[in-house]
Amino acid sequence: MSACVDQEALIRRIAEIIIFELKLENMTPEAFAPDLDLVDELGVDSMDMATVVLVLQDEYGVAIDEDDYPKLGSIRKIADYIRQNLENK
Amino acid sequence: MNTVSSLLDAAWHERYRKISALNIRSSIYDVTNRCNLRCKGCFFFSSNEHEAAIEETDPAKWRAFVRQEKERGVNLAILIGGEPTLQFDRIEAFYQVMPTFCATNGQIKVPRDRFPDMMVGISLWGNEEDEKVLRGRDTFAVSSKHYEGDPNAYYLYTITPKQVGRMEPVIRKISDVGLKVHLQLLTNDEQVDGFFWTDEKLRDVRVEMDAMLDAYPRTVISSKYYHEIITTGKMLGRPFGWNECPSVTEQLDDRKPQPKRLIRFVRWASDLRTVHRCCTSATRNCATCKDGAAHMSWVMVNKRAHLKSTRDLQNWIEVYEMFAKLYRFIPW
Ligand code: SF4
Ligand code: SF4
Repeated sequence: MSACVDQEALIRRIAEIIIFELKLENMTPEAFAPDLDLVDELGVDSMDMATVVLVLQDEYGVAIDEDDYPKLGSIRKIADYIRQNLENK
Repeated sequence: MNTVSSLLDAAWHERYRKISALNIRSSIYDVTNRCNLRCKGCFFFSSNEHEAAIEETDPAKWRAFVRQEKERGVNLAILIGGEPTLQFDRIEAFYQVMPTFCATNGQIKVPRDRFPDMMVGISLWGNEEDEKVLRGRDTFAVSSKHYEGDPNAYYLYTITPKQVGRMEPVIRKISDVGLKVHLQLLTNDEQVDGFFWTDEKLRDVRVEMDAMLDAYPRTVISSKYYHEIITTGKMLGRPFGWNECPSVTEQLDDRKPQPKRLIRFVRWASDLRTVHRCCTSATRNCATCKDGAAHMSWVMVNKRAHLKSTRDLQNWIEVYEMFAKLYRFIPW
């Protein structure tokens, strides 16, 4: 995976993963606001996050520690986290 | 797709905000294998859990264990037994390190100079008559004297099928001594004659629990949604049972697919090494389990499932608030 990940593509892909893994109904990647608070607004819990993280780790080859879950509060925050991880590789 | 903001008005959103910041990680600890009572229907003795492990007696080992538990992420210790008040030094090991709840039969008073604000849940199995049949004595006579007016104590009233239609005097006497009460249902692990639930009795008890909440809103700490869940065994159309239970010890949980569960939850035996399957007896039939805490937690861990409508989310908030009040995370 290149460190130069296109931010928009990354955000869209994370939205797709979340929608698919958490079986979110009536939601499309286009309509998924990148700054929507996943925990407070969508009720995403740490089990949900663990499911999403497994896929993200596989897809982007980054390690995401459970202690970092609070940093992954929105799609944009997840994208930033992944970019930073890839840049530090 | 629904979001929390799209479903709640400002007042409900404020209630939601207060509880959503809580990140409760509880575990349960058998403080001792002994008890000063021997109630018929006590899961601990009827399933021989009192013989599952030899008690650790070294206070230093208890203190070290509690520190490890804190490091494991536990932020609420729920102490059960046996009777925890037979071992105050062990209770203190928890109380000094993390929020602690102590379940007790109330026959020995928790000294408030030593444990000023520890939440105490006093078990009560009905009126004087039922208590004598099931527990060999009227425990209320003693426990109510020990805890009258205590702001950090409440009754855990286990309603038996025989109590249906007779709950009001029990709630009233609790109210009269200035205490709160939380309602739960007997599972009848020891198959005591006359204490089985029927569908009709469960319907009736739900109506009566709702009526008690309406009549004594300052005394009864409960919610109608919780009454619905515990009496029907169903949440959003899904039946409660092994495949859904959230209160299974983490290292023994090999269910696939994994249901929503309490993160890091473990029930430890008093040797501080042995673990039990769940928050109650491993011999209990999950299909008929009426464990109140497991039903409450079932709702709480399923937040996303309650985002389908405003009413569903409000129900979820009420159950979460009830739990948070019972364990002192928010005021009454
Ligand atoms: S007081 Fe509690 S632990 Fe003791 S026998 Fe009765 S139910 Fe069991
Ligand atoms: S007995 Fe009750 S609390 Fe224990 S695993 Fe079964 S359903 Fe859960």
